[in-house]
Amino acid sequence: MSYENGKIPVLHEVDLEVQRGSLVAICGPSGCGKSTLLHLIAGLDQPTRGQVLHDGQSLHRDRDLTLLLRSRIGLVFQLHNLIADLTLTENCLIPAIAAGLPKGEARLRLARLTTATGLQHRLGNRIQDLSGGERQRTALCRALMNDPQLILADEPTGALDEDSREQVFALLVDLVRSAGRTLIMATHDRSLADRCDRVVEMKDGRILS
Amino acid sequence: MSLLGLILLNLRCHAIRTTIGAVGISFGVATMLCVVTLLGGAIRMFERILSSDSELIVFERNVSDLFFSNVPVETVAEFEDLPFVQNAEAVLFGIVSSENNPVITCFGVGPEAARLRDAEWLQGASDRFTNDSERVLLGERAAAFLKVGAGERVPIGRAEFEVAGVIRTANGFEDGGVFMPLPLAQRFFRKEGVASVVMVKLREENQRRQFKDYVQTNHENLTALENEEFSQNYSQFRILKITAWVVGGCAFLLGGLSVANTMIMAVFGRIRELAILRVCGFSRWQIAGLIVGESIVVALLGAVVGILLSRLALGLLKSLPFLQGYVEVHLEPSMIGVVVFLAVLTGMLGALYPAIYGMRIRAANALRFE
Repeated sequence: MSYENGKIPVLHEVDLEVQRGSLVAICGPSGCGKSTLLHLIAGLDQPTRGQVLHDGQSLHRDRDLTLLLRSRIGLVFQLHNLIADLTLTENCLIPAIAAGLPKGEARLRLARLTTATGLQHRLGNRIQDLSGGERQRTALCRALMNDPQLILADEPTGALDEDSREQVFALLVDLVRSAGRTLIMATHDRSLADRCDRVVEMKDGRILS
Repeated sequence: MSLLGLILLNLRCHAIRTTIGAVGISFGVATMLCVVTLLGGAIRMFERILSSDSELIVFERNVSDLFFSNVPVETVAEFEDLPFVQNAEAVLFGIVSSENNPVITCFGVGPEAARLRDAEWLQGASDRFTNDSERVLLGERAAAFLKVGAGERVPIGRAEFEVAGVIRTANGFEDGGVFMPLPLAQRFFRKEGVASVVMVKLREENQRRQFKDYVQTNHENLTALENEEFSQNYSQFRILKITAWVVGGCAFLLGGLSVANTMIMAVFGRIRELAILRVCGFSRWQIAGLIVGESIVVALLGAVVGILLSRLALGLLKSLPFLQGYVEVHLEPSMIGVVVFLAVLTGMLGALYPAIYGMRIRAANALRFE
């Protein structure tokens, strides 16, 4: 597929197939199109040419894309994209509201995820009261709330110090592997990429390998 | 947490914005309720003047104001001779003035008038108010602002009359008015032989049609209306009612614009937040529901505050001495229902553009420049 932002070409003839249950790192310099590729996979943007297939199915209708984001994809961003005015619990419950998950079930999942990420003591804290690592772990909890099969992570450790980066990445890998999920992660960090099943190199909007 | 929970949470998190929106609506609601209640109260008071112990009002056909109506007094006796009429009572309305009070309502009535019979006599005695006397009665408030009591003389227009008594009625217009014997009022207003209206009480309520037909057949210049019909058709009442709703509606509109403005600002300031909701699986309709829901809750909050404010304002107005008897604090449940409905409608309409804008936000663009 290809993608142009206005008249500016961003991705050229990109062809990528990802196996279910694999961990894929997309590496490359800034501006090479890593984030755009993730947005296209998530259905947040539409390719100018070509298509994105999820389990062999193309998604065109808005309703299909909503369902995809609601139940099959979890997104993690570099700057976490949490809602600052809400607490950790409230942020994590947003996907559950979107999916109409029963309150009890949502609370159960929240408890399981926050325990797994070591955030159980921060449930009532507002986002601005959390450290960078805690915020990113919160974003991870939110992304996994509706138990998606595919996690798309855009520089998930890019804004963290070394200790937090290790902690968050280990947690991400653990949560993905333990449930047989698929991870596609855009990263600059070669040491993290090397710990994935596959590394996709990008440059100037093309996949090199 | 549900969508409603998220709506309430968002409003709580943005308390100042919520308050500004709700205050806008509450002033609109309070203004509407006050204006409609005050004018409605005034109309009801006037209706009670007309419907005092009677069911039908006879007045001159096609007059714009009852002050201009002329009904021959002989019709009183004529109507009372009808088998289905229990009694008929002529009343002449006029405007009189005194030195410091350019407008005082005057009622030309007989000494047996129901409105006098039901009044509380504060000073004087009823036997001094007779058809052939030159004495007048004053309502309690009129006596207060004219600063006279029973037995004293009061200047009315170019004449001066002895005060036969002071009465207290439940009606602000009557309480601030002057009662003259009908013949004296006819002479004073140069309306000899006529009254403004004749109020008719029937022996049986189901004989109304019969009486109306009689008037239509025998008096082509007169018309007979039931009290309710009169209230609905009298042009002055209609004008007052329409004015009340238009003024109230304008106030409401301003409140609605305040909500719309608040919601537009809310959406423009939360583009990234709405994009986050989108990537978390919110559909476009859920985004719209969130925005419209917030707007409706703000409007309802404003309506509740506005209702309380209007009660407070009406209570204060009622306590003012010069408005006593004119202001009714009672808010009709139906009016509250209309106001709440209008508040919800305003909330929905005010959120329409912000909701459409919110639905069209492209998450990728909104998050790209995080």
